Amino acid sequence: MKAFEYASPTTKEQAIRLLGAQWEEAEVLAGGTDLLSLMKTFGTTPKRVVDIQGIREFQGIDYISSSGLRLGALATLSELIDHPVAQRDYPSLVQAAGGVRSQQIQSFGTIGGDLCQRPRCWYFRNGFGYFPKDASGQDLVRQGENQYHAILGNSGEAAFVSASSLGPPLIALGATLRIVSKDGSRELPVAEFFRIPQQESDRETILNSGEILGEIHIPPAGQMLNATYEVREKEALDWPLATASVALKLSEGTVEQARIVLGHVAPVPWNAVQAAKDLVGKSIDEGTAAEAGAAAVAGATPLSRNGYKVQLARVAVKRAILNAVMGGA
Amino acid sequence: MPKPKEPEAKGALEVSRRGFLSGAGAVISSSLVAGTEALRAAPESSGTPVVGPGKVDITLKVNGTERTLALEPRITLLDALRFQLELTGAKKVCDRGTCGACTVAIDGKPAYACSVLAIQVQGKDIRTVEGLAQGDRLHPIQQAFVDNDAQQCGYCTPGFVMACKAFLDKNPNPTLDQVRTGLGGNLCRCGTYVGVAQAVLQSSESQTGSLVGEGRNHA
Repeated sequence: MKAFEYASPTTKEQAIRLLGAQWEEAEVLAGGTDLLSLMKTFGTTPKRVVDIQGIREFQGIDYISSSGLRLGALATLSELIDHPVAQRDYPSLVQAAGGVRSQQIQSFGTIGGDLCQRPRCWYFRNGFGYFPKDASGQDLVRQGENQYHAILGNSGEAAFVSASSLGPPLIALGATLRIVSKDGSRELPVAEFFRIPQQESDRETILNSGEILGEIHIPPAGQMLNATYEVREKEALDWPLATASVALKLSEGTVEQARIVLGHVAPVPWNAVQAAKDLVGKSIDEGTAAEAGAAAVAGATPLSRNGYKVQLARVAVKRAILNAVMGGA
Repeated sequence: MPKPKEPEAKGALEVSRRGFLSGAGAVISSSLVAGTEALRAAPESSGTPVVGPGKVDITLKVNGTERTLALEPRITLLDALRFQLELTGAKKVCDRGTCGACTVAIDGKPAYACSVLAIQVQGKDIRTVEGLAQGDRLHPIQQAFVDNDAQQCGYCTPGFVMACKAFLDKNPNPTLDQVRTGLGGNLCRCGTYVGVAQAVLQSSESQTGSLVGEGRNHA
């Protein structure tokens, strides 16, 4: 790890003044799980680390029935998992946070940190960037170990998968987030927070180096049934192979509104817009849920070793829909 | 508890030895004798002190005892515990927050000591496996590990013990399924999970979730 300066401001104004115009100048530290790991491999080498954990404004989880749930970016996954309203109204979020199978990470990993965590792609983590190439310019992912890579959204160069567990359910629930900078604050849908990098200097979110993700707002769940289903390789801590988060509003037994968002299958949380649209007007049963699963992966373009993920994603969508409507884990 | 090394004294010793051996060594070690940096205000006058990248005084409260160390901000809690305080119970294995061998408790919550900076946890109550036993009397979870053969090579054991304690503090009456998923943040390459799960169940309040009768090889 490269040596760095350290500061622990207690207000967002102080924190913003300590950040720089480039990522090399300063990185934001919260729970530390991802940033420390990246700094140890020189994946990022900031001159300064700004520890924002003391900023009260970004802490905690609050619920107001008229406006919904406010998640401070510094709230931990444990706080979310243990929150009674989250358990009652937003099971898709609690299930996704529970999928981070480590009480240590749940205790210190933050909601903002989950959304901002960098790709787990092993080429990326070993210093090859978003678009790994060998000396002759050949694409290392497409000719190499791509069993955990993207099956959707990989028509450009990027083929890593978004590592965020909470991105898919937050998008399905129609959440927005607030970003602060020296220019004030801006609020945008979580769906617009993620992007597929087009060049190495991009990041996989729209967050700029002088900005801090402060909090997330989720509208009242109302009658929105929601669930997350994840398919994983082992019981212990690891990132899932494929997940699906769904939010459905039913009216007299048929779907009035639907959102289906897949995780860990594309460089961003993958919003299966058409599959959700096709579900409107139908009643939910094993058949319609399976159709939605098939529709969600209809455009999949698997790489040489990850064709199996298409089936996992398809089934994840089906089971998430059935769980949302019929209940059960 | 072993007495911690005096960082200043160690630095000074290295200076004389390296200085004797090599002229270049004296150049390198000049930064070692410089001692800790004074706080300085950020150039942007944010009002927040900025410290480092050189050594700064960091006070850690470990197992109830406060120690002040001269450390760079980049030093993790795990390295501070092992290399400065000589508390080597927490192990350095993956050093990336995935194996759990470095598990300690920070303010009662389970933490990967490798994934937190020492400077971040000043003022917090840090507990390591060395602080669990009272004299010769093992903590119940430690005794349960002994009783249930919950270790083989033993390298993951201190982290597992701390993880099990934190898990039981939050889940005093777990089911076997809860134990399995709840301890997912710790790995054992020997595969001694059955014994660990049995130890946790033995230490639970009700002790009703016993594996006895399930067949240990299939648990």
